Amino acid sequence: MLSSIIFLPLVAAALLAVPRVPDRVARWTWIAVTAADLALVGVLIARYETPADGGLAFEERARWIPSVNSSWHVGVDGLSVPLLALTAVVFCACAVYGLREDRRPRQHAALFLALQATCMGLFAAQDLIVFFLFFDLSIVGMYAAIAGWGHGRDAGRSALQFFLYTFLGSLALLLGFIGLYLAADPHTFDIPELIAAAPLQDNPVAGGFVLAALLVGLAVKTPTIPFHTWLPPAHTDASAIGSAVLAAVLLKMGTYGFVRIAMPAMPDAWRGAAWVVLAVGIASVLYGALVALAQTDVKRMIAYTSINHMGYVVLAVGAAGLLGGGTAARELAVTGAVTQMVSHGLLTGALFLLAGVLHDRTGSYAMRDYGGLARTAPVWSGLFAVAAFGSLGIPAFSGFIAEFQVFAGSIGTTAWAAIALPGILITAALFLRALQLLVTGLPGGRSIGFSDVRAVEAVPVTGLLLLSLAIGVLPWLLLDLITPASAVLVDLVGR
Amino acid sequence: MTGLLWACATVPAAVGAGLCVSGRRADRVAPALGIVTAGVVLALSVAVALGRPATSAPFLPGAEFGLAVDALAAVVLPAVAAVTLLVLVFSAADVAGARARYTGLLLLFAAAVVVTVCATTLPALLFAWEVMGATSYALIGFRWQEPHRVGAGLTAFLTTRTADLGMYLAAGAALAGGSGLALADLPGLPAPWRDVAAAGLLVAALGKAAQLPFTAWLSAAMQGPSPVSALLHSAAMVAMGGYLLLRVSPLLGATSWAGPTAAWVGALTALLLGAVALAQRDLKQLLAASTAAQLGFVVLGAGVAAVAGGTAHLVAHAATKALLFLAAGAWLTALGTKQLPALRGAARRWPLVGVCAAVGALALAGVAPLSLWATKDAVLAGAHEESLALYLVGLAAAALSAGYAGKVLWLVWQRLPADAEAGYDTEEEGTRQVRVLQQAPLVVLAAGAAVLGLLALPPVGETLRRFLGETGAPTPSWAEMAISALLAVAGVLLMASVRVRDRSWGRVGSWLEGWLGLARATDLVVVRPVLRTAEALARFDDRVLARAVTGAGRGALRTARAAARFDDAVLDRAVAGAATAGVRLADATGRADLAGPDAAVRSLAAGTRWLGGWARRTQTGQLHQYYVSAAVVLAAALALLLAVR
Repeated sequence: MLSSIIFLPLVAAALLAVPRVPDRVARWTWIAVTAADLALVGVLIARYETPADGGLAFEERARWIPSVNSSWHVGVDGLSVPLLALTAVVFCACAVYGLREDRRPRQHAALFLALQATCMGLFAAQDLIVFFLFFDLSIVGMYAAIAGWGHGRDAGRSALQFFLYTFLGSLALLLGFIGLYLAADPHTFDIPELIAAAPLQDNPVAGGFVLAALLVGLAVKTPTIPFHTWLPPAHTDASAIGSAVLAAVLLKMGTYGFVRIAMPAMPDAWRGAAWVVLAVGIASVLYGALVALAQTDVKRMIAYTSINHMGYVVLAVGAAGLLGGGTAARELAVTGAVTQMVSHGLLTGALFLLAGVLHDRTGSYAMRDYGGLARTAPVWSGLFAVAAFGSLGIPAFSGFIAEFQVFAGSIGTTAWAAIALPGILITAALFLRALQLLVTGLPGGRSIGFSDVRAVEAVPVTGLLLLSLAIGVLPWLLLDLITPASAVLVDLVGR
Repeated sequence: MTGLLWACATVPAAVGAGLCVSGRRADRVAPALGIVTAGVVLALSVAVALGRPATSAPFLPGAEFGLAVDALAAVVLPAVAAVTLLVLVFSAADVAGARARYTGLLLLFAAAVVVTVCATTLPALLFAWEVMGATSYALIGFRWQEPHRVGAGLTAFLTTRTADLGMYLAAGAALAGGSGLALADLPGLPAPWRDVAAAGLLVAALGKAAQLPFTAWLSAAMQGPSPVSALLHSAAMVAMGGYLLLRVSPLLGATSWAGPTAAWVGALTALLLGAVALAQRDLKQLLAASTAAQLGFVVLGAGVAAVAGGTAHLVAHAATKALLFLAAGAWLTALGTKQLPALRGAARRWPLVGVCAAVGALALAGVAPLSLWATKDAVLAGAHEESLALYLVGLAAAALSAGYAGKVLWLVWQRLPADAEAGYDTEEEGTRQVRVLQQAPLVVLAAGAAVLGLLALPPVGETLRRFLGETGAPTPSWAEMAISALLAVAGVLLMASVRVRDRSWGRVGSWLEGWLGLARATDLVVVRPVLRTAEALARFDDRVLARAVTGAGRGALRTARAAARFDDAVLDRAVAGAATAGVRLADATGRADLAGPDAAVRSLAAGTRWLGGWARRTQTGQLHQYYVSAAVVLAAALALLLAVR
């Protein structure tokens, strides 16, 4: 089941890449395959039952590299199912939006299908080598997406910077993985085995170094400050779909690594580093929000809000490592962190797709070039307003559910977390400012003659926003999946 | 019954969302649909007020979405629902253009208010609280074509959200203290967390209620349509700030400081904003300042645990102020102005509006026996018991309210000046008519403004106190009530004098007219520093952090180039040199080879050949010579043998 979810898009990508099928067929095949994968994930969720004793569901294991005790091991729990679902949804939305891509659509579809397979594989991986493989392949895929289909003047340069920076991060990650492998007795790359063994538990020095390597590797991908500088240029120069996938799915790989590997496998070291993680989270929240507030380019602004939003996740997982607070508060923080990953994926994905419409019509992301879009493009304006309010954490959308849990749980663990509270205020200010500049007032500049969203643009955005609304109104739909897993995780970190 | 309670919140939410999404297509049906929905909500709210159900739904782990109608909610909910209905009726005749969006947002707002009133857990409360903020932003900035109106919405939203952060803090404190997120559990928190929770909720409530120092947003919010002000800035959103404090009054009382703090903030806001109202020249600005001042009495009531008095004042003020805002809106639509000097005699043009407005103004002034006279005294009785100073400040604030209400009353009932038309149409094109649908709600609200004082007077007042479980609280003495009634009449009569009314108060006057300079101060102390910091950080990000990374990359490239040069210049040359040396060595070795061993081998060969030549000479083939040779060999052998032996 799980392997077919991973390999379906990969096989489809290979089929599209090799023979010269017509563009039209390629576009619709892309949509069909992402829809099929989404349906498979839907079946998986429907049949998912929280495994007893904190184990995995839909586990599959096959011999792969026995010489280093590495196997093709995949499986899911409450931390990974939401992200698999998010990946399937976002890629499906992008496939629909991609109907209008007219630059090498066949290769484009093949690339994004392959990228989808790597993302699915990463969130299902239960072996460090498999995890690392997909981690690196996603970097390669995104490099190709930015360099090949980006639209900035500097797309190649941004893509290269993205590749080198995140690849360097992945090397740090590999170093950490090897450290874990060597520390485990018997040596293994298997994640559940490593979690059960918790190697380096009584070796603070080596544990500190290995965790530092993991943290740097994951922090680059997340990204947290000060490792975030690859993100704004990558987003600015990527296509709408590339940005949506990058922000909605790829950034989650970093934060997912925290909850999947770093926290449960190295509880002792994690508790030792918790204050550092918390501080980096708080700094990312405030810094990301403030720098976003000063942007004049709407896409760069959204990119910086990603740093702010991922900062909430880092803040929460940091708080989860502080044993002073009650268990309930720490569980709420972890649940909030996973909810935030999903929520940010849906809302920021929608925002980047909407920003793509601006570029498509006029070639400009500068907010001062617009104004009064509410008159010329009322549907676009309505969608952007909803996405902006959702992203700034207004209730009835998923962002509120995530941020309320992150803050209540983190502040419930340590009062220091309250320092990050102004982050939600600054985010509100910057989104309202963007709305004011783009949407309200009398139409001027490039707003004149701006044609409103077409169906292929509106449908995916609406779908993402409706999902965010569903989570915002009926959060237990999602939280029932996550909560048992976060209880297990908090338990593991407390060992 | 619980189904009715859920319907009370979800029906307006669903209809409102539907209207917002359907856009201009629904403009035609929107007003009627809105009125019907609001009517349903009113009926439902009366039903749940009588049935008083409690319910909850799963929401977050360990925190339900709890709704209940307790005594407090049972009083406030029907009042808010009624004002919503009346405002929608008025709007049907008053608001033109984008009616679907307008009605939809108003209904969404109403749904949020219903949840706020009934919320029993922090997540439910914060949920509704922030939705109120967002819809108020959209309603204040309803005419988005005009940037200053959107900017006013932004100010309102950001100011109230700043205060809302307190609610997130309170939620964290509740978890840290180990109690659940239910509002009723908060007073039982252990010491530091109980104070944090109380502080958080206090700040959140003060922000929404436009109390000091958050008041400035309410002035900006007057950019919204008048019916929006009638609902948001009298009966619902601002009032919800006061309501929250009434609801958590036990929590305030559980700490030593929160109650007195709330009481003093409320009293000072009532006093200062009363003075601000007196200095205004714009009717809506005057009413807005008066709202903050009147909410000050509610906050004061919550601070001194006079919950029944505060609730009565909240409800009576809702009716009174909604009435005055709607009257101001009717004049604005008809005459195109809300400037007080231009509104001279406006009441005489439409006597029904004028009479209703007069009732509202007299009630606001605190003239007996109208509503706010009794309700305010119920609050002040609580204040008197707490401290005399608090009571005197409250009394001074009451006198000021008589002053500004009297100012409005005399102005609008003056004889219509001959050049009245000259002052009209300064803000929008007036229609010169007030329609029946605009007048009808005024009559209902005027009736409410007149009689709702009963909520604070025996016997209804006693019932309300019992209902709210507050039997032992102090009630105003007849002397106190007489003093406040006299003050009100004196204040109104004083304003009859044009000299008093139009007197300029110099610098103090302009400070008061500018709302105490609060907006400017916020701009200087908060907004600008934040923007400057943001810009500085953005520069830092671009010029230092990003450049450091690209610099590191460039450094790596430079190192690589140096390595490449080293490779070419040193390593490559070394290798090439080694190769050359090898070849040369081979040459030398070759030459040495020829000169040394080769020559030796050759000379050995030559010597061997020479010896061979000699050896060949003996082989002549002649027998005699062989015999000689053999003889010689034999002789030699013999000699050797002999010698050896």
